[in-house]
Amino acid sequence: VGDKTDVWQGTLALMVLKTIETLGPLHGYGIARRIEQTSGNRLSLNYGTLYPALLKLEQEGSISSEWGLSENNRKAKFYKLTRAGRRQLDRETRNWEETTAILARFVAPSGDPA
Amino acid sequence: MRGLRALASRLLGLVPSENREREMADEIESHLQMHVDDNVRAGMTPDLARRHALLKLGGVESTKEAWRDRSTIPVLEHFLQDARYAIRQLRQHAGFTGTAILTLALGTGASVAIFAFVDATLLKPLPYQDASRLVGVFETVALFPQSNLSYPDYLDWKRMNATMSSLEVFGQNGYRLTTGSGAVPATGARVSDGFFRTLGVTPVLGRDFETGEDLLAAPRTTILSYGAWQARYGGNPDVLGQTVILNGDPTVVVGVLPQDFHFAPVEPAEFWTTLHPSGDCDLRRSCHGLFGVGRLKDGITVDAAQSDVKSLAKRLEAQYPDSNRDQGGAVFPLSDVIVGTVRPTFMALLGGAGLLMVIASVNVVGLLLVRSESRKREVAVRSAMGASSARLVAQFVTEGVVLSLGGSLLGLVAAHWAMRLLTGLIPANLLASMPFLQGLTLNPRVLAFAAVIALVSAVLFAVTPALRLSSPVIRENLAEGSRGSAGTIWRRLGSKLVVLELAMAMVLLVCAGLLGKSLYRLLQVDLGLQPDRLVTLRIVAPASDYGKDEQAITLVREIESRALGLPGVQSVGIVSNGLPLDGNGNTTWIRVLGRPWHGEHNECPERDVSPGYFTAIGAKLLRGRYFTEAEDARKPRVAIINHAMARQYFPDEEPLGKQLSYLSDPPVPMEIVGVVEDIREGPLDAAIPPALYIPFNQSAGTFLGVVVRTSQAGPTLLPTLADTVRAINRNIVITGTQTMSDRINSSPSAYLHRSSAWLVGAFAAVALILGVIGLYGVIAYSVGQRTREIGVRIALGAQRRSVYELVLGEAGRLIALGTVLGLACSVAAATLMRGLLFGVRSWDVPTLAMVALVLATSALVASYLPARRAASIDPVNALRTE
Repeated sequence: VGDKTDVWQGTLALMVLKTIETLGPLHGYGIARRIEQTSGNRLSLNYGTLYPALLKLEQEGSISSEWGLSENNRKAKFYKLTRAGRRQLDRETRNWEETTAILARFVAPSGDPA
Repeated sequence: MRGLRALASRLLGLVPSENREREMADEIESHLQMHVDDNVRAGMTPDLARRHALLKLGGVESTKEAWRDRSTIPVLEHFLQDARYAIRQLRQHAGFTGTAILTLALGTGASVAIFAFVDATLLKPLPYQDASRLVGVFETVALFPQSNLSYPDYLDWKRMNATMSSLEVFGQNGYRLTTGSGAVPATGARVSDGFFRTLGVTPVLGRDFETGEDLLAAPRTTILSYGAWQARYGGNPDVLGQTVILNGDPTVVVGVLPQDFHFAPVEPAEFWTTLHPSGDCDLRRSCHGLFGVGRLKDGITVDAAQSDVKSLAKRLEAQYPDSNRDQGGAVFPLSDVIVGTVRPTFMALLGGAGLLMVIASVNVVGLLLVRSESRKREVAVRSAMGASSARLVAQFVTEGVVLSLGGSLLGLVAAHWAMRLLTGLIPANLLASMPFLQGLTLNPRVLAFAAVIALVSAVLFAVTPALRLSSPVIRENLAEGSRGSAGTIWRRLGSKLVVLELAMAMVLLVCAGLLGKSLYRLLQVDLGLQPDRLVTLRIVAPASDYGKDEQAITLVREIESRALGLPGVQSVGIVSNGLPLDGNGNTTWIRVLGRPWHGEHNECPERDVSPGYFTAIGAKLLRGRYFTEAEDARKPRVAIINHAMARQYFPDEEPLGKQLSYLSDPPVPMEIVGVVEDIREGPLDAAIPPALYIPFNQSAGTFLGVVVRTSQAGPTLLPTLADTVRAINRNIVITGTQTMSDRINSSPSAYLHRSSAWLVGAFAAVALILGVIGLYGVIAYSVGQRTREIGVRIALGAQRRSVYELVLGEAGRLIALGTVLGLACSVAAATLMRGLLFGVRSWDVPTLAMVALVLATSALVASYLPARRAASIDPVNALRTE
């Protein structure tokens, strides 16, 4: 796990926001499972690390939370995207795309040197 | 933006909340439930399902911990935790806390309040542009190092000097302001046209004086002080262009000065007018009535200006030997002129307050040391439970910070009240002449000073107990009753602190003693008059009605006869040129006729007095007689001299019958008909120069001092007396009413001596108490530490007496050390402030001996209590408890 997750830690916020955007209001457990699934189980989260990240996003006003009932009738805290959160998601998505595009140029097999 | 929002919410998170904790637990629990549900559905046993879910979560407690760290700010959280613990600790030991905080507040309050005065007088820049380039310019004569300029001399200096970009003059001036209901007194000053430009002050309303506006031909104009504008004209801007009648002259108001403007040498001053040189004095080179203020040219030092002015004075002396003989020149920084007289007093007071602060801090450090001793076990237990030594130190640091914060805040409150109290205690007339003291507040500079004190004390209080936390000692301390080296270390350190404290208390006591003795000596000086039941009145008669000598003489007779008609009035006298203690100014030049004279200026104060004056003030006639009512301008001129003049001019001769003359040509002889004992015309602490008294009937004036001796209490007579004088002519203004005792007590020299004596006395009393408490603490602690040893001694047959000797011997050594050290420091300190002493030497043996006795006695009494406890130790108990 080690090295691999360090990279993902920094982008955890983006993943959380994207997950909530895709699935709508969701509880912490659901978010964690969804992230793992989306990664094709190539990413193994320590679920506990998700909660400080959620708290941080909530403190920053990107998400808000509310108690509700889960699909199996369990009481759970649901997180949903705020308007500020949506803007942040757009911004971070663009940043990410740009970063990956730049990085791709570096790591791509160099056919002909520029 | 998002960062700020998060920070705010984390700050809120510092407030502990059960709700939040519960919600967090609920959320984790629900998370686990859902995971377990899923696992069970996937075919795990419930047990395995839960274990798997917990594993995947990474542990409930560590999740909560990570969550908590994110929900608050961990460093602050720890600090607040420490602070809460510190406050709880301090509250549990209310006695210790109260003593420490009060002690600290006392020290802080005193130093901050005194510092505020020092700040207002010495640090705060004067309200002028580039004030450090301004200088006071004076002529000098033997009698006065800072003497006035004459107007013709001023014009020459202004024209000829090469060191000042501008030179202006000013003089204090009282006015009769004509109103609908008669004349009222108004304060003021007259200045040359460029005065405000030189200071760099611009009126807030209207305009400055224009060039040439100070000449006799120019229309009369005045600029109001802000205070006068508010008080007399309700702050109405329409005041510009209005005409006021000052001393009978219509004068147009052209401007209003800024609110923060003040110019102490002439304050209080409401109406600022221009010179308009005219009359007997202004145009005469030998009549000195103005002071100079100049702005130095760039790159010119005060010394350079000084030598410039000196050489100018020499040139004028050569050019005008009659008027300018022995007239030198002097230049001082303007700030010296304004605050020079009070500076040493304030510095001494600040020194005293500083010493008090040090004593207070040392005392609190002592308390903290004793307390840290009694917390040995607590620290050891916390350390054994796993508290890191950093966290332990943090705890002590926090307690130090809380203590110093509490003490400083309380001290600030105390300082605020002390400042108000002290300002309130300054007599109104003195406060008016020290305008820089008005609006004294806890300004940023003063608060910064308080913050520095708080910081230093916080560091001191934090470091002291933290130093004790060397780890080997901690482990040792877990064993109950072990007496490691720590006790001895503290006893040695504590003893040194107490010696220091006693020595500093001694310094303050000696200074207080010397200042007190100075004040006593000052108030005991021979005044040459009887101040009891003597009241004084200062009046200005309008020159239009009383400008001629006969008119003034008639007025004086009228005042005397009406005043004598008042119940209780025993005698009345009139003086022009100044009441006793007004100052040694208003001088004249004389020569003794029949002796060789080479043009020297024998300068002496001159007072023109009515025949009854000396009797009314209770002067002592040494030889000859007083003036008679018949001695007026038609009779040969006569004079009375004081003892100092008799001694100086007629050391081995009979002065009666000798003839004096002003330096007129031809001389006009005045025969000496009497010699009076020296009357204190000037300050209490200055030597009395030779003085000349002339009959009012031969030299009348319109600025009068009235003295009345009464059989009733002075203060009740004053209003009646004022009304009686005003009834004669409502254009006469009364500019001051005071009993002679008040004049003496509120005279600047008496006030400065009294206030410093009382303040340093108060500091010394507190220092004595703190020092003695400190000593008590050390001795009591030492006895506590040696309970077992003393028990053994008693068990082995030691006499109670020898126990007393043991304890008191230890105390005695400390007291002796403190006293000897204190004596040395006291003499040094007293030498530093010898300028503030009057009639007493800085090594005054009776004071030193008395203080040493008081200090040693109170210290011995304080050590007697623990000694008695030691002597009454029951050996059985002492040995069993160990």
